[in-house]
Amino acid sequence: MKELLNNKPLFIGILLVAFMFLVAVFAPLISVYEYDHINSESILQPPSVKHILGTDQLGRDLFSRMVYGARISLSVGIIAVGISVLIGVILGAIAGFYGGIIDKIIIILIDIMLCFPVLFLILSIVAILEPNIYNIMIIIGLTSWMGQARLVRAEILSLKEREFILVEKVLGASNFRIIFSHLIPNAMGPVLVSAILGIAGAILVESSLSFLGLGIQPPTPSWGNILADAKSSLGIAWWLSVFPGLTIFITIISYNLVGEGLKKYLK
Amino acid sequence: MLNYIIKRILSLIPLLIGISLISFTVIHLAPGKTTDVITSLNPKVSLEARAKLNKIYGLDKPVLAQYKNWVKRFIRLDFGESFLDGRKVSEKIKERLPVTLSINIISILLILFIGIPLGIIGSVKESSLTDKLITLFVFVGFAIPSFWIALILMDIFCIELGWLPALGMTSLDFESFGILEKAIDISRHLALPIFIFVFGGLAGISRYMRQSMIQTLNKPYILTARAKGLTQNLIIYKHALRNSLLPIITLLGLSIPGLISGSVIIESVFAIPGMGRLFFESVMARDYPVIMGILAIGAILTMLGNLAADIYYACADPRIRYQRQ
Repeated sequence: MKELLNNKPLFIGILLVAFMFLVAVFAPLISVYEYDHINSESILQPPSVKHILGTDQLGRDLFSRMVYGARISLSVGIIAVGISVLIGVILGAIAGFYGGIIDKIIIILIDIMLCFPVLFLILSIVAILEPNIYNIMIIIGLTSWMGQARLVRAEILSLKEREFILVEKVLGASNFRIIFSHLIPNAMGPVLVSAILGIAGAILVESSLSFLGLGIQPPTPSWGNILADAKSSLGIAWWLSVFPGLTIFITIISYNLVGEGLKKYLK
Repeated sequence: MLNYIIKRILSLIPLLIGISLISFTVIHLAPGKTTDVITSLNPKVSLEARAKLNKIYGLDKPVLAQYKNWVKRFIRLDFGESFLDGRKVSEKIKERLPVTLSINIISILLILFIGIPLGIIGSVKESSLTDKLITLFVFVGFAIPSFWIALILMDIFCIELGWLPALGMTSLDFESFGILEKAIDISRHLALPIFIFVFGGLAGISRYMRQSMIQTLNKPYILTARAKGLTQNLIIYKHALRNSLLPIITLLGLSIPGLISGSVIIESVFAIPGMGRLFFESVMARDYPVIMGILAIGAILTMLGNLAADIYYACADPRIRYQRQ
């Protein structure tokens, strides 16, 4: 605990992440209005006591939309990274443990995936599937596991020569058991760090997609599609572009603080 | 050296097969027949025409034959015709690619010119206030979403202050300008997009440079140089910099896909007629041949960028080519 307090970036990062998380969980209690409540009498109003962050073109309360947007953006980030960690850890562990031709094939697969500019690959798939929240989560997960796989592979390569693994082998443990109950748990430290950094990346990708109109579809609010709406009121309603963008920015910073702080802490 | 280059080029073969396979798979995941888009949008298209389209795209043949056909065209970079206007995909890409490439190359050069000195200053004055301010500056650039800063800057400079044009790459009366005016016009249009690319890309290069310089400056040979009484400038620029600069080349190769990805967003926001915007429009219109074409070209560009970086690295550092032979 004392170490945590000394590691200021980590501490601030955890506070911010926890705050965002609570906002997302308690969204219905925090938001004053319904996120899709259209009110023709309060169109494009600047921040005031009634609407603390102002309203949009349809008179919807920006604060309420952003609070619900936190739910969407955070859950997309976390689940997408969950998928990418799952794929990355399994492929990386198999490559590192078995070596030889299996390793070569997986490495080539990683290299092939890394050749594609990520946003191009994601948008190509979006053009085929419908861009709803579940598809977005899956697509981001399926296109971002390569770093995790490389990391796990490298960890396993060095771990598998260690004595405790040799002991397991001599004792007759199955490969499955060695990989899943000994190698992977010992490689989880760096995986955790890169997963947390990955959440920031996934939130950024989701908001980029939604901003382009190819991610979360309105009326469901996400920070990205609120910003897309702001585009048409540029020069008229500064609050529509400033607040959602600032929120994405702070969220990305806080996950980075936690990730980088954790990296130092684990060392 | 030649051996290394040949080996490195041969290693591209599985990658090319993979790229062709993935783009082929993606186009075949498309709902219904790919030709549905044309036929369903246009009621005049008869059944006969549909059959003809199917034949052109080879959709009536078995999958394996289709893939063979796809590879044959892939090698010639022939991706068929656009669903929207019937023009050749390769032609459409060819006229958009130079814009995207020039913006990316200018951005990369600026990132190097600004990022490397920032990294050096940070390493020489490690943990000083200057170092911390630089770190903060590049970190903000890294974490700020490009589409957001694009909106904010557009609001400030194009709408509120009216200093720069907001959309497009050239003014309407561009053709009537002289050469100098043309150059100024284009730079005014591209100033913000390039600034956003550079601001976002500084962190990678400058942090890496700082780290690499700090490591180099702690090596014994630098101590020797100091003991000889060489000046600080000579030590930094002649002895330390050369060795720290090498890994930057690999980093540049790795940053290509990110820059190309970024051009989709920035070109869409600023309505710049480059490949990124073409891609965005094609995705919106479900114009699959163009989508596939750009996806493949983007992957090939990334691959070639990495190849160039590796070969250059091997030329510059003999340890690499001997170790890998």
